[in-house]
Amino acid sequence: MKMNTRLRIGIIILAIFVLGSLFLPLFNDVDPIKQGTYAKSLPISSEHLLGTNSLGQDIFWFLVYAIRNSLILGITVSIFTTLIAGSVGLLSGYLGGGADRATMTLTDAVIAIPLFPILIVLATLVRGNTSFMLVGIILVVFGWAWGARTIRSMALSIREREFISMAKFSGSSTLEIVVREIFPYVYAYMVVSFINAILWVITMESSLAVIGLSKVEIPTLGSILFWALSYNALFTKQNVWVVAPVVATVLLFLGLFLTSTGYNQMYATRRGHA
Amino acid sequence: MIRLNNLVATYTTVRGQVDAVDGVNLTIPDGKIVGIAGESGCGKSTLLKVIYGDLIYPLALRQGNVEYEIGMSPGHIVESKIRRNENETENGGQVATRNIKDYWFKQISYIPQASMSSLNPVIRIRKQFVDFLDSAQRTPNILEKIREYVKSLDLPPEAIDAYPHQLSGGMRQRIMVAMATFFRPDIILADEPTTALDVVVQKGILMLLMRIQEEMNNTILFVSHDMGVHYQIAHKMLIMYAAKAVEFGDSEDVFRAPLHPYTKMLIESLPSIGDNRIRKGIAGRPPSLWEDLIGCRFAPRCPLASDLCRAQEPELVEYRQGHLAACHYAGNHINRQGSETS
Amino acid sequence: MNTILKTSNLNKVYRLGGLLFNRVRINALDDVNLTVESDEPAIISVVGESGSGKTTLAKVLLRLVRPTSGSALVYDRQIAGEGEKPSNREFFGMVQPIFQNPFEAFSSHRTVDAYLYSTAVRVADLEKTEAVDAMAEALRLVGLEYRDVRGKYPNQFSGGELQRVSVARALIPHPKIIVADEPVSMIDASLRMNVINLFLSLKEEFRRSFLYITHDLSTAYYISDYIAVMYRGCIVEFGDARTILADPQHPYTQLLLDSIPEIGHKWDRERMAMADIEAKEFQFEGCRFCNRCPIAKDRCIVERPLATEKTDGRKVYCHFA
Repeated sequence: MKMNTRLRIGIIILAIFVLGSLFLPLFNDVDPIKQGTYAKSLPISSEHLLGTNSLGQDIFWFLVYAIRNSLILGITVSIFTTLIAGSVGLLSGYLGGGADRATMTLTDAVIAIPLFPILIVLATLVRGNTSFMLVGIILVVFGWAWGARTIRSMALSIREREFISMAKFSGSSTLEIVVREIFPYVYAYMVVSFINAILWVITMESSLAVIGLSKVEIPTLGSILFWALSYNALFTKQNVWVVAPVVATVLLFLGLFLTSTGYNQMYATRRGHA
Repeated sequence: MIRLNNLVATYTTVRGQVDAVDGVNLTIPDGKIVGIAGESGCGKSTLLKVIYGDLIYPLALRQGNVEYEIGMSPGHIVESKIRRNENETENGGQVATRNIKDYWFKQISYIPQASMSSLNPVIRIRKQFVDFLDSAQRTPNILEKIREYVKSLDLPPEAIDAYPHQLSGGMRQRIMVAMATFFRPDIILADEPTTALDVVVQKGILMLLMRIQEEMNNTILFVSHDMGVHYQIAHKMLIMYAAKAVEFGDSEDVFRAPLHPYTKMLIESLPSIGDNRIRKGIAGRPPSLWEDLIGCRFAPRCPLASDLCRAQEPELVEYRQGHLAACHYAGNHINRQGSETS
Repeated sequence: MNTILKTSNLNKVYRLGGLLFNRVRINALDDVNLTVESDEPAIISVVGESGSGKTTLAKVLLRLVRPTSGSALVYDRQIAGEGEKPSNREFFGMVQPIFQNPFEAFSSHRTVDAYLYSTAVRVADLEKTEAVDAMAEALRLVGLEYRDVRGKYPNQFSGGELQRVSVARALIPHPKIIVADEPVSMIDASLRMNVINLFLSLKEEFRRSFLYITHDLSTAYYISDYIAVMYRGCIVEFGDARTILADPQHPYTQLLLDSIPEIGHKWDRERMAMADIEAKEFQFEGCRFCNRCPIAKDRCIVERPLATEKTDGRKVYCHFA
């Protein structure tokens, strides 16, 4: 795989985040969630790389755990949504007819439901008692539909191509045709879609957390902001507390974006050759 | 006339650079239909792009230039010599003065391959026609003039008001020909204009081009891999093989007594009705242009090839009046077993 | 006598909508009746312009498209229309295709021998070891070596070579008939004969029948036993190939023959009647060719011609031929 600059930078950034959040916690045996561990509102020092906040937590370690949890949620949900979108889209597009129409009606219904208001309502009902996993499940339930539609239209157009007839005359079954003939043309989109889904999940979760509707005890990029805002970090000049997660989020998103578009670029310039 | 001076045109790809036209040196006379023939990949389409000046990355003119003397049709004798110069940069890049572009559509026009697919599918044809006029030409009755012109080419008048997908491929191609010739250009470059079309439509388009050429007395450069088509319409023939020009002359001479063995084999590979003789296609493939090629490029497939051919590349020289060929054994007969007699 | 091919009142109707033409009915196949009976394998050419219906006919015979009405028979088995038809597996063992664009016929993400292998194992029901032998044998028949083909992707071949691989694949299950839709139109004119000669040898030495769809009469002349000429969904002339091409009787067949750019004979320069907008011509009640026909009379505009059988065995669909 010959990578272009964009892809390379994106992957490097992501690698830093993923590996950092995976391995750094091994060096830490202090529970970052526990409040009052340290003195409050300490500035940046060699002992506390980003200082501490009003709750006596070390900001840096909290951030590391937050990134890890956000990533775990993002990647897990994305894997599921991409798999579901792919299977539904490919099969529906290839089979066509009544099955396709029924499936797309369902898909359109899911797309049409405004997700964020529903999440707010749900979260309000179970205020504070939302389990992390529940948030994840809801995101999966609503997150597959758009991708399914796109993949279905790709499958529809590929279905008309001659090599599909050729595959039929070579004795391939429906499943084999979907996997061996159509999927290779679709998987580049699915990779990009997967990465964008991670972005989407983190955004959703952060938005909920910032308004306090997620399980805010668990450190995530959103929950840091929630706590920071609750404790008026901006007014008390504890800028690091707010700025650090924002910068981290922006960098993470940058990494995801560069990887996604860089991969797309690389794939587009590579012709189907051995 | 158009003078091609030692043209070398290069494509830059991921694998490196390849010369799609490798040293073509010719003078193309005015007022004739020049047929350019050869297999896929011989460089004929690239040559056309160079002459048209369509040199955007990854295509570049590495060496040589094209000189035009445009304006030879009766009525306006304006002599303009347009010179395209090159400055060779270190990696073989090229800087050209793009003044041939100023003459696009008016004095020189280009019908690309499969151009019937180049019409915008969501815009009606009449608007696409009007689109490439500049503001000075968009007079109120220009649409009428367009309709008249299209009618004079035997196209149904409703075709102009239609969307491209409502017309068949043949119809669209005829519209492309109409667009390219509307301004009565002095040079028309047509790249395989009839290749995807069936014989009846093809004949229609070829007759159309011949008629236009007779009326306007302009130069048409016509690329096709079908020798039968060239026989019908070309006044002069240029045969290309593996980026080189291998034969050039009056088409009558080329068909009656071809000098280059490749031309001979091309002509003999086409079946014809009523002829029950066994026909054979030419065996083998043209050489890959990625490799360093020594000697005559046709030698591996040539029944007349000798050590001389493999060692030394033949020059394009004049063997008979106005008839050039690049072959050490030009004009020799090839009998069925492939041995040579002079 | 085997019935190699028989279509009875085959119809295929498409409806088009659009701003210029409202809900237009196109009879891509209009009451097509074609019968070829022979004990020997035969090459049947179906010839016509684009829009003639020849590709639709091929698609119906390949079961890629279902006819609106009528039926079709291949080697005494009904394959289209009402009634019992063979299963897909059985059908693929009888009829195999060769498509026009060899680079579209294979997925650029798969090796070409994957298709050959799949055909051998799935359609011809061979075991793995036998399959490889069958593939090698089929490739040899078309002039290719298995080791030159194995593991390669479509863009590593030239158009002509790839088309021959396509033919090899079609041969593996020993089909009764191979339907070739414009198999050489995307190949350079000088290289076409390599593939055309292959069809001829496959018919003569290996007893395979071909349905050869083309607009190129010269290659059709070269190999056909029978020829059917189509225009806008209707057959206009049908019969023995040599007879018809030596002496075409339908004005459209004559037009087709005149349009071939041949070396040795230059065209007359009189203006020829060009085709009108396709959808319009399909709406004619009478003969579809009447607008362009040099011998058309009033009767042609209102009445569709039926088949006239001539003494030399051919059928001509014209009032005045």
